[in-house]
Amino acid sequence: MNYKRIKEKIYKWIFTVLAFSSLFFLVGIMIVLFKEGTPIFKDVGFFKFLFGSKWYPTYEPPDFGILPLILGSIWVTAGAIIVCVPLGVGSALYLNELAGFRQRQFLKPIIELLASIPSVVYGFFGMVIVTPFLQKTFNLPTGLTALNASLILGLMATPTVCSIAEDALSYVPRSFREASFAVGANRWQTLTRVVIPAAGSGISTAIILGMSRAIGETMTVLMVAGGAGVIPKTFLDPVRPMTSAIAAEMGEAPMGGDHYHALFAIALILFLITFVFNIIAEIISRRFRIKLGLSG
Amino acid sequence: MKKLAMIMAIGIAAISLAAGTCFAEKIVVAGSTTVLPIAQKTAEVFMDENSGVDISVRGGGSSVGITALIDGNCDIADSSRPIKDVEIQKSASNGRDPVAHIVALDGIAVVVNKSNPVSRLSKKQVRDIYMGKISDWAQVGGKPGKIVVVSRDTASGTFEAFGELIMNKEKVLPSALMQASNQAVGQIIGQTPSGIGYVGLGFMSGELKAVEIDGVMPSKETVLSGKYPVSRPLFMYTNGKPQGVLKEYLDFIKSKKGQELVETQGYVGLK
Amino acid sequence: MKKNITQNIGFFLLFACIIATLFFLGTIIYFIFTRGIQIISWEFLTQPPRNAMTEGGVAPVIVGTLYLTLGAMVFAVPLGLACAIYLCEYSPKSIVVNIIRISINNLAGVPSVVFGLFGLAVFVNFLNFGVSILSGSLTLGILALPLIISASQEALVAVPHSIREASLSLGASKWETIKRIVLPTALPGILTGVILSIGRVAGETAPILFTAAAFYKRGYPKSIFSEVMALPYHIYALMTEGTHPDKQKAIAYGCSLILLFLVLFISGIAIYLRQRQRSYHG
Repeated sequence: MNYKRIKEKIYKWIFTVLAFSSLFFLVGIMIVLFKEGTPIFKDVGFFKFLFGSKWYPTYEPPDFGILPLILGSIWVTAGAIIVCVPLGVGSALYLNELAGFRQRQFLKPIIELLASIPSVVYGFFGMVIVTPFLQKTFNLPTGLTALNASLILGLMATPTVCSIAEDALSYVPRSFREASFAVGANRWQTLTRVVIPAAGSGISTAIILGMSRAIGETMTVLMVAGGAGVIPKTFLDPVRPMTSAIAAEMGEAPMGGDHYHALFAIALILFLITFVFNIIAEIISRRFRIKLGLSG
Repeated sequence: MKKLAMIMAIGIAAISLAAGTCFAEKIVVAGSTTVLPIAQKTAEVFMDENSGVDISVRGGGSSVGITALIDGNCDIADSSRPIKDVEIQKSASNGRDPVAHIVALDGIAVVVNKSNPVSRLSKKQVRDIYMGKISDWAQVGGKPGKIVVVSRDTASGTFEAFGELIMNKEKVLPSALMQASNQAVGQIIGQTPSGIGYVGLGFMSGELKAVEIDGVMPSKETVLSGKYPVSRPLFMYTNGKPQGVLKEYLDFIKSKKGQELVETQGYVGLK
Repeated sequence: MKKNITQNIGFFLLFACIIATLFFLGTIIYFIFTRGIQIISWEFLTQPPRNAMTEGGVAPVIVGTLYLTLGAMVFAVPLGLACAIYLCEYSPKSIVVNIIRISINNLAGVPSVVFGLFGLAVFVNFLNFGVSILSGSLTLGILALPLIISASQEALVAVPHSIREASLSLGASKWETIKRIVLPTALPGILTGVILSIGRVAGETAPILFTAAAFYKRGYPKSIFSEVMALPYHIYALMTEGTHPDKQKAIAYGCSLILLFLVLFISGIAIYLRQRQRSYHG
């Protein structure tokens, strides 16, 4: 009996330690980013780093202003949202409201499957098919532009947004709809005035997670965004989002030098942005669950 | 569960032991993406001729290569620039002694669309175009039209070399199209009649026209003789004097056959 | 009447949305498939690359991806499962548990390039594993961890309390209950999560960029300390770092098709399993 109790205790300890190790990794990532990223703030100054408009990391003396990179990320993310919100949420509404049972049983898994297409395949498609197409259509010097990156990122986030939004819609209780029909509303009115508001926060969670995916995506933007480290003026300009700057330049930055620290600092800022997005998504989705009387 | 863990532990131990002992003929090459095609092609042919050797080639960038050499994570560091003072100090404190081997020359050609009548520019004119002081082709004897300036992105080795050799460290105008690869620059100039750009000699194609710089056309001969002003040597660094297979591989690259392979990849051989 | 016109237009727009989504995503698969299939042959699947990566096949590349994925799973599955078991079975409902849960959710949202930097700083440089299968697998493993934990947690929570209590009341200890009753019941759900994360890990590029990927290597990797070629990185490298874009593009198409096939196949299994469980439980 005693032996058994000790054994139980050991198992509990093993599981406790392993569970905390995942916490350890998240903390570890933060520590590494802070340790390697913050030195640049001392050298350049936090605000000068964040809002400096020139990114010339290899010049003597170098300029470390990441505003063009931040704006690059914001532009492509905004563009991606314009693409993926109507497509993703629209598809989710269709699946939830209009598709019959069999159609939905068939389409939902397909959408989920499409969400697993690797990002490098999207990037490759953007490079070989979309780039020449855009170049000809808009008569541009290059098809590798913010527009290209937005389209590809948007398409990439669509299945994810659709899948999460559809889940949120399916949580809306039947009674809500029935009450609406009972007072004489038709299906469209029920959808726009009852179902969408009820699932609203669930849908916003989907959109925020989609945004978080778009802003953190690396390979696609590295391949199709064009890579110009300047402040973009139109969607037809090439841009260099934060992620692609890290991936493209890490190899050329001498370890322990300013450029190296600057890239880690970009990663730190990126991490904080997605961290905030995820926390917001978490809070909204918790409220949503409480509102609909689901367990937290 | 326990058994599984045991087996895994033994397995990992066995594999790591094996790694330490029996692959003495292994060469790891890492570094500059510019030198990458040379390392890849020569490694391939060298392995065809010496079946016992296992060479792995990795890109990453000049700094990645040199850092790996300093840390003992690679045998050869490819670099498109000479080693920096900071890196030499670091090597010394790690007990390492980087030795440079020049394996090829890379000429950077200033290119325009083949329909552009301009066929010669001075170094100063190119610099003024890239600084934005000259913005119309008419100012350098061409058809009037706004010059579309195309550059490599600021983090690339080619950009760094161009900045040193042409720009005298002046900044490229911000509205230049910053491209991530030689391929992209070539593609844009090929499709833009009013464009100007620069690419490694290996990336010249039928759509592009190289211009004479200070009266010298970029070619194998002019790069070799040092007449063409925009060229740079490409390096491979080893720790100390290379020995054994490492020496054989480097000798192979520098040999006549190796240098022919270098030229098939679009670079200028040493002889 | 006007009500119904609005409804018809609205419904038509929703229909257009899903058609557009399926059309665009279908286009991607169509292009990759029709162009990729032209280069796929027995030789392409079984030979190493030749002639400056313009000819030959991609066998070591495929094997490299398999090694990395397998390595990531060896690391992430036991750890993730243990973490989920702790959270569902052992932990008292407390603030600490909530913190762990939130941190796992956040780990899932961290950009993959940040994982890559973490792997570079910790595994490659600090622990000195070098650029290797080991470093790459560990980095990919951390990336897969949150996926596995949350899927396992979901599966464990779905196991009814009554059968746990029945087991405990028969005198089984907590660990025996977990091992004999809870885990077998939750297994299909856990498996689904694991398979889905395999699909994700196999297609990731940014985390292995600095930690595992080689541009060119002849043979198959011989130890966990050697670097490898991997499908996603190979596609990227061929498109951006090669000097023979025309010939290498065809190979990149072939690699994309293989990767797409692998990932869709693996995820397909997982989604099929999940679908069956859903209809099973109603």
